Amino acid sequence: MSTLELSRMQFGMTTMFHFIFVPLILGLSVLVAVMETQYVRTGNRLYLKMTKFWGRLFLINFALGVVTGLFLEFQFGMNWSRFSGFAGDVFGAPLAIESLVTFFLESSFIGVWVLGWNRVSRRTHLFAAWMLVLGANLSALWILLANAWMQHPVGMQISQGRVRMVDFLAFFTNPYSWLKFLHTMFAGFVVAAFFVTGISAYHLLKRHSEFFIRSFKMAAIFGLISSFMVFLVGDEHAYEVAQTQPAKLAAMESYWDTRQPADYNLLVIPWPGHNNNLIQTLSLPWGESLLATHSFGGKVTGMNDIPADERPPVIPVFISFRLMVGLGLLFMLLGLAAVYFVRKPRFVRRRWFLWVMLAALPLPYVACELGWVVAEVGRQPWIVYHVLRTAAGVSANVSVSQVLASLIGLGLVYAALASTDVYLLIKLAREGPDEDLARIISPEMLRRPR
Amino acid sequence: MKLETLLFVSWGFLWAGYFALDGYDFGVGALFELLGRSSVERRLMIGSISPVWNGNEVWLITAGAVTFAAFPRAYATIFSSFYSLLLLLVGALILRGVVFEFRGELKDPRWTGAWDVAFAAGSIVPPFLFGVIFGNVFRGLALGADGFSGSFFAFFNPYSLLTGILFLALFLHHGAQWLSVKTGGALKERAEEAAGRIWYGVLLIGALFAVYTSYATGLYSNYVNHPGWLVVPLAAVAALLFNKYLLLIKNDLAAFLASAAAIVLFVFFALAGLYPSLLPAADGGAGGITIDNAAAGSYALVIAAAALIIFMPLVIAYQLWVYGVFKGRLLEEDVTRDEEAY
Ligand code: HDD
Ligand code: HEM
Ligand code: HEM
Repeated sequence: MSTLELSRMQFGMTTMFHFIFVPLILGLSVLVAVMETQYVRTGNRLYLKMTKFWGRLFLINFALGVVTGLFLEFQFGMNWSRFSGFAGDVFGAPLAIESLVTFFLESSFIGVWVLGWNRVSRRTHLFAAWMLVLGANLSALWILLANAWMQHPVGMQISQGRVRMVDFLAFFTNPYSWLKFLHTMFAGFVVAAFFVTGISAYHLLKRHSEFFIRSFKMAAIFGLISSFMVFLVGDEHAYEVAQTQPAKLAAMESYWDTRQPADYNLLVIPWPGHNNNLIQTLSLPWGESLLATHSFGGKVTGMNDIPADERPPVIPVFISFRLMVGLGLLFMLLGLAAVYFVRKPRFVRRRWFLWVMLAALPLPYVACELGWVVAEVGRQPWIVYHVLRTAAGVSANVSVSQVLASLIGLGLVYAALASTDVYLLIKLAREGPDEDLARIISPEMLRRPR
Repeated sequence: MKLETLLFVSWGFLWAGYFALDGYDFGVGALFELLGRSSVERRLMIGSISPVWNGNEVWLITAGAVTFAAFPRAYATIFSSFYSLLLLLVGALILRGVVFEFRGELKDPRWTGAWDVAFAAGSIVPPFLFGVIFGNVFRGLALGADGFSGSFFAFFNPYSLLTGILFLALFLHHGAQWLSVKTGGALKERAEEAAGRIWYGVLLIGALFAVYTSYATGLYSNYVNHPGWLVVPLAAVAALLFNKYLLLIKNDLAAFLASAAAIVLFVFFALAGLYPSLLPAADGGAGGITIDNAAAGSYALVIAAAALIIFMPLVIAYQLWVYGVFKGRLLEEDVTRDEEAY
């Protein structure tokens, strides 16, 4: 294997691993901040317990988000040095701003949030919680601005074999970025919602508990709204992809021959070896045109009209996209059902439904990872779309053995960390909330009026 | 001042800030098994840094990211050239980073024992590797068109090893003083005593480093050309000597601040010697990375400089606020009341 192939494997592994933890940070920070807001508003201690319990799960997950991010920041230079030297003029700025603005915010306020219960007023503590929300979601914004620029490079010129930034505003207002950001943010909210409903369902299956009914309700509403938003933004995002990266769209849909108007085929079995589909049937007239061009008669470019050396692999992109969309539809249904059922106190007796919600806990994670496969594998063979090929971005001074060693080493460390993390999460989630509030907050602090 | 220079200075400022802050975290971790005699003491040691270590580490991330934004070619060349060392460094930082959340979660002594080892290792290895990396930067690397591609063992030469030991000694000293500021009781006394002793080590290794640097690197040539710049190293030495005085009169907070100043000045001494290089070629050869051949375009430099000028003061303000929230000594009562937090 070459440095290129190994570096690609490593990049995929390390980012996908980072993105196991990131979505929950994005969404659970919001839910926890809402719980704490309710506590500060109403003084109801149940909300304090909720804040503390879900907050603890948040923290264990957060730790891994942080440590896995560190390597990513180095990896661009270590494995993709020719890309970094070539594109850093534009690509470096969002990373620097992300660090300066959001990582500092997050990492400074988290200390106050975790250990400051008895040191700052309730309102200041609540402020720290919302700063965490802001920090987490803004860090997603900046990194996604960088990523979206690789997908759809704007605001730059090429001179002397290097990218030069010429228009920061164009970079900042890249529509591709904002769709990507909203889609990813709401996807993170869905992950957190199903995380909370899943764990709550687990406890409600064992016994009735006001604590978990409240948690479930709050998360169900959050999940319903977010899953609709993911879908709406996702549809708009697919349109944007069709406009800017026709090759990726063709791979997402396994679409081979250019047509106008184009049908949407519900059942498709791709046959890339023959530049065709083995089976394509159950077609909806104009469906593909509507999706890709937002008009009935729009033309959709098929893979056969894309030069052979500019085609991404079809199978992984196609399967990932179908599954992600399927899961997205499922989340909307589950969200609707959850909000519908929880209206009545009887819902805790619908055991089958609680089982379903518990079983659904991992699915949004899967959908997120699949989404990244669509985005990143679908961009191949480009590292910066239509500007630089992936093969031209890899470091030239790094040897196969170095990357092999780092791939294996990081793989082992990550596997160990992930299993420890999941073990702790499951253990704490099963233990349930701490009943002894005195261990959280000193009695004086608890008695103190708001 | 031209933009490239301004950004070089900011870059130095970020490294200096990073070492002055995360430096004491490393020191606390490195002294963990040595000074923490009981489980409560160990929790005190971790508790003294757990609210702030993550904020300190972000100085490193920012230093890296600013290198990327302002000097893309330097970021590309340095990070790929030091591939293996950086891998080990990140591995150690990852280990250290999870200790804060994981260690307290189970009460099993085998569990805490394992994380204690991880914490110590994750705090000893990074300072040493930072020293080895910077030592090689000061000396220069044999750079080809794509950067350094020589053997892993070439990184370990007497000069870089000495630099590694110097970094470790500086941070052990710094960490011991942090403990003496932030904790109480027997632990504080032990830390104070340790700081007093380590000081001699720092002085000795520092002196060796200062001499060896004149043989192994070109860092002094800037000082020959601009004798005025000598105030920086002289101030560093003064801060270190003053630090000993403050340790002797047991003014622990002032001593800690003097030690931070010594670290900051030391970093500026080395980087001012390096200027305008970011990574020289070995033996003064061609192909070195300088602020001129590595800089981003002037538009991108303005963006990076503006971001730093706008946000850095804000960051410093709220980080100071966090220190204010956690001011005072952490005492045994604090960690025994709140089992989970520390
Ligand atoms: C809960 C997770 C989740 C769910 C249910 C969906 N997505 Fe998604 N999707 C993501 C999570 C995600 C993601 C992980 O957040 C990605 C990866 C890159 C990105 O921008 O977001 C993504 C990427 C992504 C891309 C590729 C973007 C690119 O190439 O840059 C498209 C076109 C869509 N999504 C469209 C959809 C549609 C039409 C959905 C219908 C329901 C959908 N997604 C559901
Ligand atoms: C966190 C979510 C992300 C995941 C799961 C992810 C996943 C992947 C995968 C699977 C690949 C390998 C594709 C291939 O080689 O076939 C890849 C490549 C890459 N991605 Fe991402 N990615 C993520 C975010 C990002 C972001 C935010 C950036 C930039 C800021 C980025 C930049 C890159 C680069 C530079 C490569 C290597 C070159 C390439 O193979 O295209 N990725 N990513
Ligand atoms: C491949 C590119 C990426 C890099 C280089 C990167 C870098 C980092 C780093 C260094 C950290 C640790 C910050 C700390 O110590 O506090 C981190 C954490 C985090 N990352 Fe990533 N990340 C990447 C991808 C992503 C993506 C795609 C998202 C979201 C969509 C994301 C969101 C977050 C969040 C929410 C955190 C934790 C909160 C924080 O510390 O701000 N990251 N990342």
